[in-house]
Amino acid sequence: MSKPLLEVRDLDAHYGDFQALFGVSLTISAGTVVSVIGANGAGKSTLLKCIAGVMPVRRDAIMFESTPIGGAAAHVALAHGIALVPEGRRLFPSLTVEENLLVGGHLGRRGPWHLERIYQLFPMLAERAQMPSTVLSGGQQQMAAIGRALMSNPKLLLCDEISLGLAPIVIRDIYARLPEIVAEGMTLLIVEQDIAQALKIAKEVYCLQEGRVALAGEAGSLTRQKISAAYFGV
Amino acid sequence: MEWLNTILQGVLLGGLYAMFAAGLSLIFGVMRLVNIAHGDFIVLAAYIALVITEATGVNPLVALIVVVPLMSAIGYALQRGLLNRTLGDDLLPPLLVTFGLSIIIQNGLLEWFTADSRKLQAGAIEVDSINLGGGLAIGTLPLIQFLVAIVVIAGLQWLFYRTTLGRAFRATSDDATVAQLMGLDNRHIFGLAMALSLAVVAIAGVFLAVRANFDPTIGPARLIFGFEAVIIGGLGSMWGTLAGGIILGVAQVAGAKLDPGWNLLAGHLAFLLVLALRPEGLFHKVHG
Repeated sequence: MSKPLLEVRDLDAHYGDFQALFGVSLTISAGTVVSVIGANGAGKSTLLKCIAGVMPVRRDAIMFESTPIGGAAAHVALAHGIALVPEGRRLFPSLTVEENLLVGGHLGRRGPWHLERIYQLFPMLAERAQMPSTVLSGGQQQMAAIGRALMSNPKLLLCDEISLGLAPIVIRDIYARLPEIVAEGMTLLIVEQDIAQALKIAKEVYCLQEGRVALAGEAGSLTRQKISAAYFGV
Repeated sequence: MEWLNTILQGVLLGGLYAMFAAGLSLIFGVMRLVNIAHGDFIVLAAYIALVITEATGVNPLVALIVVVPLMSAIGYALQRGLLNRTLGDDLLPPLLVTFGLSIIIQNGLLEWFTADSRKLQAGAIEVDSINLGGGLAIGTLPLIQFLVAIVVIAGLQWLFYRTTLGRAFRATSDDATVAQLMGLDNRHIFGLAMALSLAVVAIAGVFLAVRANFDPTIGPARLIFGFEAVIIGGLGSMWGTLAGGIILGVAQVAGAKLDPGWNLLAGHLAFLLVLALRPEGLFHKVHG
């Protein structure tokens, strides 16, 4: 097996006195799709924040291409090739759609993703390029947020709750585009509450429960019973 | 005709106030920092220009070539070394720290340069005027000052809406956390914003010092003028800031014409009037 792209080793994370993650470990090989599922407050978003460099964590808890980057600043993680699509989209409201994408490309890493390629992937954004990002629908905002993260040409794309607050048909539409992103050589780490979507797209699935990995395995090998046991802890 | 003249002088003075305000508005917009020492930095720039002109004998406007980059460097260093540490969810720490800076700068200047009033000498240009006919004349220096203010405001507007740096400023202003996720280093962006703010301060300080006497204690009043121009114009609008400065300048000059003692009072009244009728400012753009 090739060397893993990302290794999370025995990761603890704290918000002040509150401990959100307890000894979480996971491994992602290049070119794969991995899902992290779990109930609200299980620590899924915290895990992504740790990987993206937003949280102060032990340096060797996050190994990216064998380099320890835990607790380095977000722009450092991005420079290594880790981009986050944040929960709730969080586009810049005073910027146009195109400006939002351009901010994503700020570091100027080389790769297959540039404005035209993003517009090809999400043609709806091309039509609204010069409009303020606030006029976009929820689904279009999510596309713009994914496009913005892709603009940095990352090696690893972290997606936090893509389905949040979106209609099922819109969710399906967005998930239908992800294979095209993977086909360009991208590795995806997807955090989802929508288990069906998570199982469908991922090769491997990790289930978090109260800050610990409760279940891990190949998506095909996990039964509904096992998942709901790990999900709810019953 | 006398009143037309008064209004014209007020408009030209307004350019200076707009420059006081632009730097203040810029850093508040980018990092929600209210710089209480802003006025004292204006005075500091004036004294730096004084030292340069006395040492080399160059015209104060030529001294800008040194004062602007120097003030920018001070701004960047100050932001990275001190002010970035005060920024957070709480608005109070940066307020208190810049208040402290204000006291330090004032007393430092007092210690170094004494309380004597000083003035920068710009030569013949100070008294030159352009005759517009019909008894109207405008001073060359106030005219230059006003044109420079327009160039500064237009430059800032262009920088904010047409350049990569401006985009980074606006993105950071919208959502600093996500901006960091996009690879923008907040500390550096804030440093650049403060550098830009103090570059404008340097220009404003030199024009202030050529126009009138200055001493170490006049900073806080310039801060008030800057604040008033920002509030009258409305936060987030550069051209609004220029309009705010002009309204303040016209009110002051008109007040002084009615009664020399009403100079400042008229300016403050104009400010209060706008605050009462349109608290969000005349050209308000940002929300929240």
